[in-house]
Amino acid sequence: MCFSVRPYGRPDVTTVKAIISFYQSSIGKKWIVALTGLVLVGFVTGHMIGNLQIFLGQEPINKYATFLQGLGELLWVIRGVLFACLGLHIVTTVLLTIQNAAATPQKYAVTKSQAATIAAKTMAISGTIILAFLIFHLLHFTAQTIHPEWQGWHDAEGRHDVYSLVIVGFQNPLATGFYLLGVFLLCMHLSHGIQSFIQTLGLRSRKIADPLTTASPYLAGLLFLGYAAIPVASILGILKPLH
Amino acid sequence: MSDTLNLTLKVWRQKNAGTPGKFVEYPAKNIPTDCSFLEMLDIVNETLVQQNIEPIAFDHDCREGICGMCSLVINGVAHGPERATTTCQLHMRHFKDGDTIYVEPWRVGAFPLIKDLIVDRSSYDRIQQAGGFITARAGSAPDANSVPIPKQNADSAMDAAACIGCGACAAACPNSSAMLFVAAKVSHLALLPQGQPERTRRALKMVTTMDKEGFGNCTNYYECEAVCPAEIKSSFISMLNREYAFAAVRDGVSVI
Amino acid sequence: MATLDSKIPSGPLEKKWEKHKFDSKLVNPANRRKYTIIVVGSGLAGASAAASLGEMGYNVKCFCYQDSPRRAHSIAAQGGINAAKNYQNDGDSVQRLFYDTIKGGDFRAREANVYRLAEVSSSIIDQCTALGVPFAREYGGLLANRSFGGAQVSRTFYARGQTGQQLLIGAYSGLCAQIAAGTVTMFPRTEMLDLVVVDGHAKGIVVRDMVTGKIEAHAGDTVILATGGYGNVFYLSTNAKGCNVTATWRAHKKGAFFANPCYTQIHPTCIPVHGDFQSKLTLMSESLRNDGRVWVPKKKEDCGKPPGEIAEEDRDYYLERKYPSFGNLAPRDISSRAAKQVCDEGRGIGSTKLGVYLDFSAAIKRLGENVIRERYGNLFDMYHKITGEDAYKVPMRIFPAVHYTMGGLWVDYNLMSNLPGLHVLGEANFSDHGANRLGASALMQGLADGYFVLPYTISNYLVTQAGKKVGTDHPEFVKAIEEVKARTEKLLSIKGKRSVDSFHRELGLLLWDKCGMGRTEASLKDALAKIPKIREEFWTNVNVLGDGNDLNQSLEMAGRVADFLEFGELMCLDALERRESCGGHFREEFQFEDGEAKRDDEHFAHVAAWENVGEVAKSVRHIEPLNYENVHLAVRSYK
Ligand SMILES: Cc1cc2nc3c(=O)[nH]c(=O)nc-3n(C[C@H](O)[C@H](O)[C@H](O)COP(=O)(O)OP(=O)(O)OC[C@H]3O[C@@H](n4cnc5c(N)ncnc54)[C@H](O)[C@@H]3O)c2cc1C
Ligand code: HEM
Ligand code: SF4
Ligand code: FES
Repeated sequence: MCFSVRPYGRPDVTTVKAIISFYQSSIGKKWIVALTGLVLVGFVTGHMIGNLQIFLGQEPINKYATFLQGLGELLWVIRGVLFACLGLHIVTTVLLTIQNAAATPQKYAVTKSQAATIAAKTMAISGTIILAFLIFHLLHFTAQTIHPEWQGWHDAEGRHDVYSLVIVGFQNPLATGFYLLGVFLLCMHLSHGIQSFIQTLGLRSRKIADPLTTASPYLAGLLFLGYAAIPVASILGILKPLH
Repeated sequence: MSDTLNLTLKVWRQKNAGTPGKFVEYPAKNIPTDCSFLEMLDIVNETLVQQNIEPIAFDHDCREGICGMCSLVINGVAHGPERATTTCQLHMRHFKDGDTIYVEPWRVGAFPLIKDLIVDRSSYDRIQQAGGFITARAGSAPDANSVPIPKQNADSAMDAAACIGCGACAAACPNSSAMLFVAAKVSHLALLPQGQPERTRRALKMVTTMDKEGFGNCTNYYECEAVCPAEIKSSFISMLNREYAFAAVRDGVSVI
Repeated sequence: MATLDSKIPSGPLEKKWEKHKFDSKLVNPANRRKYTIIVVGSGLAGASAAASLGEMGYNVKCFCYQDSPRRAHSIAAQGGINAAKNYQNDGDSVQRLFYDTIKGGDFRAREANVYRLAEVSSSIIDQCTALGVPFAREYGGLLANRSFGGAQVSRTFYARGQTGQQLLIGAYSGLCAQIAAGTVTMFPRTEMLDLVVVDGHAKGIVVRDMVTGKIEAHAGDTVILATGGYGNVFYLSTNAKGCNVTATWRAHKKGAFFANPCYTQIHPTCIPVHGDFQSKLTLMSESLRNDGRVWVPKKKEDCGKPPGEIAEEDRDYYLERKYPSFGNLAPRDISSRAAKQVCDEGRGIGSTKLGVYLDFSAAIKRLGENVIRERYGNLFDMYHKITGEDAYKVPMRIFPAVHYTMGGLWVDYNLMSNLPGLHVLGEANFSDHGANRLGASALMQGLADGYFVLPYTISNYLVTQAGKKVGTDHPEFVKAIEEVKARTEKLLSIKGKRSVDSFHRELGLLLWDKCGMGRTEASLKDALAKIPKIREEFWTNVNVLGDGNDLNQSLEMAGRVADFLEFGELMCLDALERRESCGGHFREEFQFEDGEAKRDDEHFAHVAAWENVGEVAKSVRHIEPLNYENVHLAVRSYK
């Protein structure tokens, strides 16, 4: 391979420079937002499917949790990737938002939206609240700093009793309220975000454009239902803690 | 003959870029519903001249929806309430007697204001100069039928090429993004075999210039598509995103 | 006359251009950048010329009054562009395109120019395709054609209903490449207000920066005007609002002869006028006549009825009746006049009775609505936007409107005016269309001039100018700037009672009435008496508000209207002196019994080129005889 001959006459550009200039460009940044968004969507979807095992009973969910814990270093790699994506997603969207604000120094006296949805217009707000929610959520369930006593809960097989602590956690109306809000905003974020990454990654063609744009909020809605089911079931007593 | 309307206009007046502007209210009386929005402004201007008030400056030329010179944000919508219609082709039958109409210029950082409702859109020209062309010296072209082009491609290229360069896309975009325009230009040439040799270079340079001119980024609001008088589809923006990424990859890891 | 040497090369018609190209002088590539070429206009003619000259290495400065060169009025052309490609295998050839154009022009064009136009037409399509113009194609991927008025072959290339736009974007993109390369400097929003002549040679222009109001000069080795037509002298026309005669008129006043100003084309298919507020007329492409049938009611009483209630046998498809072989595709002048005739008979339709129907119901029945939509969708949409009517359901209402001007500055075979150093291209010159232009031939001519003619011929002049550069500090430049400034100040200082527009309307109405589709000695004399009065009032009673150091649209228009007020007089003068009917010039005194135009080849087979000697009324009429060696002058028949 020879990296020096460039057919369109930019011999000065090295691969590193090309990557930097890609990130510096508006479209490059959008690709980063979309790619990291896509990874996060993947996580969010997987996380939901995993969590929904709680409806199968204590056994499967605790087994699943133990399995995840057992990944050891791999778990940290996954977490690392997710955090990196989240970080990159946030940094890049902040940059984009600043640039966008600067591009329109004077606002209109009257504006009448013709196409943009509320979800689209509130991406930055929903994103910021999601971030706050994420931090709380991690402290709540992952690090368990809010309820250190949960660390000691175990099921019959001696596994950490995730099943019970999740349900107990959600029996607190405040926590559940915030959780529902967070999940709602996340799904709102995604009702725009899903079709948006398809558009940004250049996957959209005229024929699939409309169905996907239409489907995006429904997919987000499904995610919401999936996520909301656990706290709602907990608070209504459909799911009961065994601890 | 046609019916008439009485309207109240709130028009942005600004002497030049250096002087602050403001809205000024003018009555528009006895406006025939058959006349166009610009003809309505002509009528108002005629009355202003009678009162020794300097007429409202607004850009226009062909008045048949093709040159892209006319602009105006009318009650918050670029080119006014009719879809796929330029301001010059917007007719007053779409308004009601007694309406109050706000008339504002394109408000885009990269389109600095010149006077009243007139802005400087030369940033679009500079984007085009950066790469929106096929280098083909007069006299060097092969026979036009030597390269058959599938009708579908030619038609899609034509769909993109229909852009009139009016700037409504950036004007309507909350981020002042010029993506629909650039997408139309890049796609038009990328869809044709003649456009292939300069494809990479074109996408890179046009997008770089677009950024340099200070346009915002695309958040996929699709406001541009909704106001575009030439009905350029936002799927071309997706195509531009693809074109640009491929171009960047070819640029970054060129294998020959 | 010595001053009107058309410089047509000797030899057989088909060899003239080849021979001329060989005989032409060349400028060494290394020397080209030493020549500065001023191109005024960025339409098809100007943009193609500026781009080609830039590619060749000349130092080009290009000017236009719009905010971007891409908006020149060429953009509005809908129908298509002709070329003798014979892709349809229907018997087309250079010879046939040549003959159709000469005949279409009612035998008032130069054979050699027209032949050259037909010869290079093919290369234009190649060039535009290479530039990425998305011409319509067939499923096999090859180019499609449609037929146009005045021809019995399908030789018109098109890009939906936006051919002019696509061609201009092509030419503009080529221009952009040269701007980026630094060979062309573009000056948008810059209006040419005078030509500078030094020692009898055109050496520069005076312009006004329309944003800052600054008046300044640009010097060059030659000046090219590609500033379009003067149809706006009629106020209402299919031209853009900014189209003007200023550039060519100023050049005329500096010594360039104005040829055949009375040849104006009235296009048969425009949307009828519907009120006093109307600011322009909109063309519905002639291509519509491929599938639309033109009719009016046979009986006057029926004219008020909705078209659907008029029975088939009560409709008069007058074009099909009068011109069975060309039918609805009869040439423009003939179709327009036929419409005028039926309206004069009281059979016009619509509220003003100045309209005829263009009916698609038969075609929709035969081909289906979708095919019609595919062919003309954007035109139907445009019609709907303007009139609020759905032409798929009710017939369109159309009426003729001023559309194109065949007259223009006189040029020789090199496209140079009698004023050395001044080249004129596109609609601004008089060269190729005689007394009537065929549809789809103006785009062809503009691009032919800019891509394939001028780049060869310009060097003939340039080689004579080596070492004869003048700068803008030359006294002639200083004087021209002062004159333009004085005129601008004068316009601003009158502060009378009437708007610029009101004068323009008044002039336009008068000319449409007296020097429009039909002209008589009496009407022309009447106009000639009235125009100076309007002009006088203009210069004492116009109200131009604002100041000169700023963007000022009233001031811009005032300058243009002032020139129209002079030019209109010359147009009437020319119409008066041409005592025959030919093409777009219809003198009612000269017609056959059936209403067809009656030419007078014995006395008027010539170009009338006017010289300005101060007052317009005293202009001197020069003659360039037209010698037909290859075609036989015949009564033009489309029956
Ligand atoms: C509605 C319509 C439809 C048409 N359809 C067809 C068709 O289908 N086929 C066909 O062959 N022909 C058609 N024509 C005719 C054809 O479009 C024109 O004749 C042709 O495009 C003229 O090109 P041009 O380059 O000479 O001038 P234009 O395109 O008019 O360009 C004139 C240029 O000169 C500049 N300019 C003018 N005055 C000044 C000044 N004082 N200072 C600085 N710059 C100046 C302008 O800015 C512009 O750039 C149509 C015309 C109209 C109006
Ligand atoms: C799990 C969490 C998240 C997921 C799954 C997610 C997903 C997405 C997706 C798919 C997009 C669309 C990308 C595109 O336009 O192509 C997007 C855009 C965006 N995200 Fe997130 N996101 C998350 C968290 C956040 C956070 C924490 C923030 C804020 C700080 C944020 C701010 C934004 C913004 C502002 C955009 C719009 C960017 C633009 O188009 O200009 N997101 N997100
Ligand atoms: S894409 Fe549409 S809105 Fe944007 S400049 Fe082109 S025609 Fe105007
Ligand atoms: S004035 Fe030309 S598009 Fe409106």
